[in-house]
Amino acid sequence: MVFPWALGIGLWADTEEIFLSSIVVIKDLCNGCEVCLDYCPYDAIDMVDGVAWINEKCTLCFACVEPCPVDAIVKEESGVELPDLDKGAYSGIWVFAEQRNGKISTVVHELLGVGRRLADGTGEKLTSVLLGYDMEPAARDLVPFGAEEVIYVDDQRLRQFNDGPYSTILAELIEERRPSIVLAGATFMGRSFIPMVASKVGTGLTADCTMLDIDPETGDLLQTRPAFGGNIMATIVCPRHRPQMATVRHKVMIAAERDESRKGEVHVVRGLDGTRLDERTEVLEVVEEILDTVNLAEADVIVAGGRGVGGPEGFKLLEDLAILLDGALGASRSVVDSGWIPYSHQVGQTGKTVKPKLYIACGISGAVQHLAGMQTSDVIVAINKDADAPIFDAATYGLVGDLFQIVPEIIRSVKASRRGAG
Amino acid sequence: MNISVCIKQVPETTKIKINPDTNTLIREGVQSIINPFDLYALEEGVRLKEAHGGTVRVLTMGPPQAEAALREAISLGADEAFLVSDRAFAGADTWVTAYTLSAAIREMGQTDLILCGKQAIDGDTAQVGPSLAEHLGIPFVAFARKIRSVGSDEVTVERMFEEGFEVVRMPLPGLLTVVKDINEPRLPSLKGKMRAKKAEIAAIGRQDVEVQDQFLGLDGSPTRVVKMFSPDLRRSGVKWQEDPEEMAKKLVEGLKEQGII
Repeated sequence: MVFPWALGIGLWADTEEIFLSSIVVIKDLCNGCEVCLDYCPYDAIDMVDGVAWINEKCTLCFACVEPCPVDAIVKEESGVELPDLDKGAYSGIWVFAEQRNGKISTVVHELLGVGRRLADGTGEKLTSVLLGYDMEPAARDLVPFGAEEVIYVDDQRLRQFNDGPYSTILAELIEERRPSIVLAGATFMGRSFIPMVASKVGTGLTADCTMLDIDPETGDLLQTRPAFGGNIMATIVCPRHRPQMATVRHKVMIAAERDESRKGEVHVVRGLDGTRLDERTEVLEVVEEILDTVNLAEADVIVAGGRGVGGPEGFKLLEDLAILLDGALGASRSVVDSGWIPYSHQVGQTGKTVKPKLYIACGISGAVQHLAGMQTSDVIVAINKDADAPIFDAATYGLVGDLFQIVPEIIRSVKASRRGAG
Repeated sequence: MNISVCIKQVPETTKIKINPDTNTLIREGVQSIINPFDLYALEEGVRLKEAHGGTVRVLTMGPPQAEAALREAISLGADEAFLVSDRAFAGADTWVTAYTLSAAIREMGQTDLILCGKQAIDGDTAQVGPSLAEHLGIPFVAFARKIRSVGSDEVTVERMFEEGFEVVRMPLPGLLTVVKDINEPRLPSLKGKMRAKKAEIAAIGRQDVEVQDQFLGLDGSPTRVVKMFSPDLRRSGVKWQEDPEEMAKKLVEGLKEQGII
């Protein structure tokens, strides 16, 4: 998707033969305000004689187009005739129903939630596709969450996730039935095999979306996602290819509520032709390392520590609070890099993205990269000695002070309130 | 073993900050670096070469100045470097990038194992690796955190998932994308730096690869960016600076009222 490469763009504008889409500065309009410089992530704009000049570092990301207050930076379309797409030939919104050990993942209910909203808007049917073995009741159970149709492919070889068979079958179903939109969770599973599916089908894919809407004018899916570690949000479309495919970040969309009055059909597909399955990779063993304090993606409460925790032993106190609140233990990148706590606890751009009901950041300054991983938490509590730490700007409750004094008081207070309530 | 490592030159986004007043990026002093995840892929490739013999080839698709990233990769132990660069490749999305890279890799000759970082820190998509494997028609394992064993025609790796890891056997040739857990990258050696200075960088352009023009660059890309904006991370919360016991009490009360605890 988005952040492409370009070459010698500064020169193209002056050559006669522009055969590729490009970006140009209309010199007469540019007022030299330099706003675009702030938006270019690639340092690709120079000021020459008081006007913006796009240099060879430009990657055609177009981050500068929208912010220009005088509309002096424009996309130059190539004028190449591209084949028209018969959008009418594609219909239906699909949700891939991820499962592990025969259990539907929670992200699926979120996908059904957003899928229902999109389907209600476009008047299309909402379908869920489940690949697994011996789990027909789970397939039927997708209906009360909003699926009007469930396609359940039942085969022993689909019992556990394997990229080859999963991508082959999903791609085949898409080619046969032609949905207009396909959504999957941006989980390890989804981000592993969905790119293969998109490549097989020959369509675009947007990763890790946090907002999905339908463009009222074109009917295209507007797929919005963070990039540059959460510094920028980008809205992406897939105008000339179908289906429009996206992986969706876990814990961002509102999950569908169970409603037993909903009706839907369940199609069970059996008897797959074995030679079609690509089983080149083989899963030999599945090792679950569930420590309750590590399962960040599912946790309703996360207590996270940063530099201010002081050292590996400092996490003991945070763990006490996490256990008390039935929560998980998180960490900033810098303490993981220092070896105070394993990588599996890391929250942020290069770690995990979380959205608990309560996120308690202890001794975390709040770098953009950390905020990118937890900013959508329902309630954020920040505890930090430094009253000017950026984490306080993102916090619902900010407590300025020593976490080693404050956290024990919180533990005491929670215990006291529970005694009072009981 | 012939290993190819795909790298990308990216702005050092970890240094980017947002100006709280204007909500725009402050990218003063932001430099171009090798995507950090790709350094783990490169390190793993060099370690495999050291243990099992063979060569490590590194490639990148990008503008001419991406050559600097390739030279750095040589200083870190890569043997050969390829710059996939042509204005016809400009503006590629992940589908088209993977397509173009697959053509370049075919041009580079026999490869047993392709290594990529799990994602680049600018686009954060994690899509090029899996898509590249599909375009090459080879198997892949994403999010590898450890290579357990290497045979003559297969590797066994640990793949991360939410609740743990899976042990996956993959036949060669194949592709792995790697996570940070896999190793600790080395620093460039003096000898490596010397070699990097003198190394010849092979150029791969439009004329060197077998591709269809309709699948190249921005025009060939299925996805388009229509809008970019800065997210507003600020919340209008409360901030207290008083006695720890008082603050803890008020917090717990507030959380109880909101039904959080």
